[in-house]
Amino acid sequence: MSTITQVSLRRRLTSSTAVVLMGIAVAAALVPLISLLWTVISRGVRRFDLAFVTQSMRGIVGAGGGASHAIAGSLLITGAATLMCVPLGVLAAVYMTEYGRGLPVRVITFLVDVMTGIPSIVVGLFAYAVASLFFGPGIRSGLVASGALVLLMLPVVIRSSEEMLRMVPLDLREASYALGAPRWRTIASVVLPTALPGITSGALLGVARIVGETAPLLLVAGFTDSMNGNLLDGRMATLPVFIYSQWQNQGADASAYSNRAWTAALVLVLFVLALNIAAKAAIRLTQRHKGQS
Amino acid sequence: MKKDTTTNSTTSIFIRFATASAAALAMAASLVGCATNETQDTQPPSTTISSASGQTSAAALSGTLNAGGASSQTAAQEAWRADFQNANPQVTVNYDPTGSGTGVTNFINGGYALAGTDTAIASDAAKGPFAACAPTSGLVEVPAYISPIAIGFNLPDIASLKLDPASLAGIFTGAITTWDDPAITAQNPGVTLPSTKITAVHRGDKSGTTANFTDYLAQTGPAAWTFGSVEMWPQSLQGESADKTQGVREVLASTVGAIGYLDASQATAMGIASIKVGSSYVAPSAAGAAATVGASQQESGRGSSDIVIKLDRTSTDPSTYPLVLISYLVACEQYSDTAQGQLVKAYLDYVVSAQGQQAAASNAGSAPTTGDTTLDAKIRAAIASVH
Amino acid sequence: MTDLVSIRRVPLMKAEHRRARAEEATARGVATVAGWTVVVLLAAVTIFLLIQGLPALTAQPEELPLGVSLLRLAPPLLFGSLWSGLLSLGLAAPVAIGVALFTTQYAPKPLARLLGTITDLLAAVPSVVYGLWGLTVLAPLTAPLGAWLATHLGWFPLFAGEASATGRTMLAASVVLAIMIMPIMTSVVREVFTQAPTEPVEAALGLGATKWESIRMAVLPVSRSGIVAGAMLGLGRALGETMAVAMVLSASPLHVTGSLVTSSGPGTIAAFIAQTFPEAHGLELNALIALGLSLFAVTFLVNAVARRIVSRPSKGIS
Repeated sequence: MSTITQVSLRRRLTSSTAVVLMGIAVAAALVPLISLLWTVISRGVRRFDLAFVTQSMRGIVGAGGGASHAIAGSLLITGAATLMCVPLGVLAAVYMTEYGRGLPVRVITFLVDVMTGIPSIVVGLFAYAVASLFFGPGIRSGLVASGALVLLMLPVVIRSSEEMLRMVPLDLREASYALGAPRWRTIASVVLPTALPGITSGALLGVARIVGETAPLLLVAGFTDSMNGNLLDGRMATLPVFIYSQWQNQGADASAYSNRAWTAALVLVLFVLALNIAAKAAIRLTQRHKGQS
Repeated sequence: MKKDTTTNSTTSIFIRFATASAAALAMAASLVGCATNETQDTQPPSTTISSASGQTSAAALSGTLNAGGASSQTAAQEAWRADFQNANPQVTVNYDPTGSGTGVTNFINGGYALAGTDTAIASDAAKGPFAACAPTSGLVEVPAYISPIAIGFNLPDIASLKLDPASLAGIFTGAITTWDDPAITAQNPGVTLPSTKITAVHRGDKSGTTANFTDYLAQTGPAAWTFGSVEMWPQSLQGESADKTQGVREVLASTVGAIGYLDASQATAMGIASIKVGSSYVAPSAAGAAATVGASQQESGRGSSDIVIKLDRTSTDPSTYPLVLISYLVACEQYSDTAQGQLVKAYLDYVVSAQGQQAAASNAGSAPTTGDTTLDAKIRAAIASVH
Repeated sequence: MTDLVSIRRVPLMKAEHRRARAEEATARGVATVAGWTVVVLLAAVTIFLLIQGLPALTAQPEELPLGVSLLRLAPPLLFGSLWSGLLSLGLAAPVAIGVALFTTQYAPKPLARLLGTITDLLAAVPSVVYGLWGLTVLAPLTAPLGAWLATHLGWFPLFAGEASATGRTMLAASVVLAIMIMPIMTSVVREVFTQAPTEPVEAALGLGATKWESIRMAVLPVSRSGIVAGAMLGLGRALGETMAVAMVLSASPLHVTGSLVTSSGPGTIAAFIAQTFPEAHGLELNALIALGLSLFAVTFLVNAVARRIVSRPSKGIS
């Protein structure tokens, strides 16, 4: 009797120690994160006004102006990259987990592994070199920048989708097969929907990975003060490059520049917040539709 | 298992993904052209500085001029670009602050029609060929941005200090480690220097500012500074490194006892050292920078339009401030595309005009090249040859 | 698997059977094409880097950055990348796992959602901003700590040397990196925990296990591969990070030291490329690309070791 309570006490102690450790982890994570968010928000609100989202920097010296050109550029370039990368990445992950075996899978695994740690500027160099082969030197285009971002985003999307697909329990697939569903149907209607929240989260991580990327964009999309809506031709400003240039190259009225930089950072964070909320709402909607399947 | 509904939901997921992405792209596209300060017609926006319109009869200019290079010029380029575009609303000028090396590489392969660089193109590379230029074209290279480099420091209640080249070299090589070192106190009678440890901050990135600072030390105190003139800080020295001008500025602002070199226009809210010239001590100023350039010789062995200054930092004239950075603009004498040639010429004309140099001076704290009449005449003659 | 399919085949009529085979082939074809596209894309990058990087191997030292040969330049920088990456991984991994466990197993739904949104947001903060924050907020905070460690624990290699007055040390840099990679790890690990089957947990609880025991027995084992994947994605981000490291870390690129508190820490490859590239000419560019390539080797080794540790129960599902 006494041994049982003793063991149980020890086990309960272990359990509560685990909870305490988790609490510490949450606190350790939240303190710097909140400090960082607070820094961005408190410094970002100084120029968070209508002019910031409606004006570009064309013809502006010193104070004033805005980042509408950079916001549009970021939306276009990131949007195009996501549109190219997510279907490709998810399909590749499906191939790796469901269809492929042997050498090709090992090659993809290898390449995805080594590409996760590639410095983004190197990818920018690659995209620039390939694009100049086709379009001549000095090529600057939003679409080429999207291409570079796809390469940075792919490893994140593939690796996270792969893990999520692998987590789908075997019984679910077997149940589907037992009901007579062919393999592609099982993948499309059982495996993918089950893994969808995870895949979406991976895609969002991929977007987050590239939306704040500076070096390849400066190299391939260049830098401009003016609005450019054409992904296929010419320089396009983006928020990270805008932040970088406003911070790094300040004029005489230094605070005007750093305020614009912080506000652009705040806009970027808000953009990702909106994206997160939208994606999660979409998932909840589909899950509810599906019901208990 | 409700097979059909789940299949539909999968399909609908993909449709939804596509729709959402398309909607986002469409939204982004619809934003385009909405920048309220940009105009579609030829009228310059009402809020602009109209003084720039006083320059040459460039009303009919249109097109895009893509330039890039030295990031030191960025603030000046911003002022030039704004004025020039306001005077010529059909023109778009872009300047990528990618760095001198990238700028020159891109100019040689035709990526930029105009490049900015902190170090003049090497004389053998200056012979060409350049992809954007006509086959027989020469090179036009002019000093467009002259800026003093300040020695900034952070010591409470001390706004200025006197330092000679030897003590500067001592501080940056680590031979002098505290602020009350006799080498410093001897030059600053009446200033109570604390025993705080010196944190000498150098640029961690490869930069023209470092090249000019080390060149200054090498020219004025070769005994104390044996590392020559280098773009990247000598690795054997180690010490505190910071990224770019703003990195140095942040460290100087936050660390008591820190000292560093940075563009004078960014050296605000910190102590500024006066450096020894001849027998007196001189604080950084645009006039002093211009005087140093004026007193220096042009580098020989180059084409008539390739104006490169060999900075002489050993002058003993107290009206000069020898710690100066010159950033050049590089263009073709003759462009294979004549419209592009006209655009570059008009832009360069504006850049080196009194107005252009004044615009740079007020936004970037630079020293107008127009201050020295001989240099000004040479620069204008070189630019006149662009076509 | 195969017997399942054969069972399925029996009742089919011939036309339907053929249609099903065609559909199956199309689906397989689409997935295969996607897989190979990825192979081609990523292999193209690797080959490009190889071709561009090779000339630097045979170049004279004076044509290369810092005037030293690639063999002298690369190892200290590789050490710096790996050291900062592992330090940040060591700091971030326990926190990320703790946060993910807390949000999936303990926290009430609204709190979990809030925590999730905050961490996801931080994954998107541009690295320039992390750099700024590290430079202006964190580094000054760690300066006194570094000084204290150097004075009192200076005999320990991690805290050897003269303490930096600015706090822009390997300590600050790896904390910033840890904060940067924590969100991506948390997010992946959280999704993995969410996906873990709930029946075993309930079974364990039903048998009288404590909450923690049920997690340890039923959640952690099946999530091992996913946890490692999250950690590797985080490590990858840390190894490839340029701006934040360049801004926060005061580095001497040719110097190797494990000390966390001096201002002459080792540089990292990514930061070195970013700081040298803008002013690089000719062969210097090739050398920088070769440096980028050498990071491939390190990333591969770390990933290979990690995959071996996991030794996934793979192929069980296909």
